[in-house]
Amino acid sequence: MYQTDMYEGILAETTTLRGFHEDIINAYFARPLGAGPFPGIVLAHHLPGWDEWYREITYKFAYHGYAAISPNLYFRSGHGTPEDVAVKVRGAGGVPDDQALGDLEGALQMLRSMPYINGKVGIFGTCSGGRHAYLAVCRIKGFDAAIDCWGGRVVMGKEDLTPNQPVAPLEYTKDLACPLLGLFGDEDQGPTPAQVNQHEEELKRLGKIYEFYRYPNAGHGFFYYHKRSYRQEQAVDGWAKVFAFLEKYL
Amino acid sequence: MCTMIVKQIAVEEYAKGKSDWFNVRQAYVSYDHPFKAPFEHALNIDLVNEAQGPAARISAELGPDAARCLAEAILAVLAQAEAGGYLERSPDAVQQE
Repeated sequence: MYQTDMYEGILAETTTLRGFHEDIINAYFARPLGAGPFPGIVLAHHLPGWDEWYREITYKFAYHGYAAISPNLYFRSGHGTPEDVAVKVRGAGGVPDDQALGDLEGALQMLRSMPYINGKVGIFGTCSGGRHAYLAVCRIKGFDAAIDCWGGRVVMGKEDLTPNQPVAPLEYTKDLACPLLGLFGDEDQGPTPAQVNQHEEELKRLGKIYEFYRYPNAGHGFFYYHKRSYRQEQAVDGWAKVFAFLEKYL
Repeated sequence: MCTMIVKQIAVEEYAKGKSDWFNVRQAYVSYDHPFKAPFEHALNIDLVNEAQGPAARISAELGPDAARCLAEAILAVLAQAEAGGYLERSPDAVQQE
């Protein structure tokens, strides 16, 4: 644990990586200074975009000792303010699952190629990023832990499927290959508590390693201090669970 | 949650953005996470010109009651204009994408 007479330093900057179809996309990267080794973490951003909150948590993970990378999953939609770009993606019904997974796999490979990685890489996502994180650890080899914060549309009915999201992530659960942490608000409209229960039943049925925590008096996005959804006690507890989980598995 | 409930319409109309008028080429109507409205989901209307980049847009985020009122007002005004013989016939068909 940090003591006030210790040295701390962080490198944090925009970089690029090869993602889906070998496209070069930009990403925000942060790691502690020094030779490490450090565990790695890929961050799958939410529907509101590759935004300031995701910059802050990329830095937060680095502060906690991780080499963290947040790829811009909306890179191909053009450039502007994060909100302008996210509006375009929202208008298009999101990005294709295969494209997002290609970019997240590119981020994984980039971290694994670095000399300061300890050999373990996890993935964290909130909202649509939680869904992408879940999909990633079911469909991509090489992740050692996954954190899904209130990812909606993991459980999807046929009527919910779209050309960009043609398969419900739940269908891939049999291929989940690492421990999973899920954090959910009981008041969330998506995923609803019933959908979280259905997800948990499938994990139990298939004998997967997981920890699910449900927070009363919290809805979607309860970590977002800049929105009305913020719930201070639940967010503090949730972050503690995130770092305890990662310490166990990375 | 991200609902991904959205309809896109191709149009050739006009909107006044931050600084000036621009040609609107697409309209997105979604019911999903808003950016400013204090709801988890809102009825979002974005009038955009994709060819001019993501900044070429005007946006509104409405609660469902306001959105229904607006939709009814639009249809009522159009009906009154049609009854009065004022309706312009647009040469371009509106396409739903």
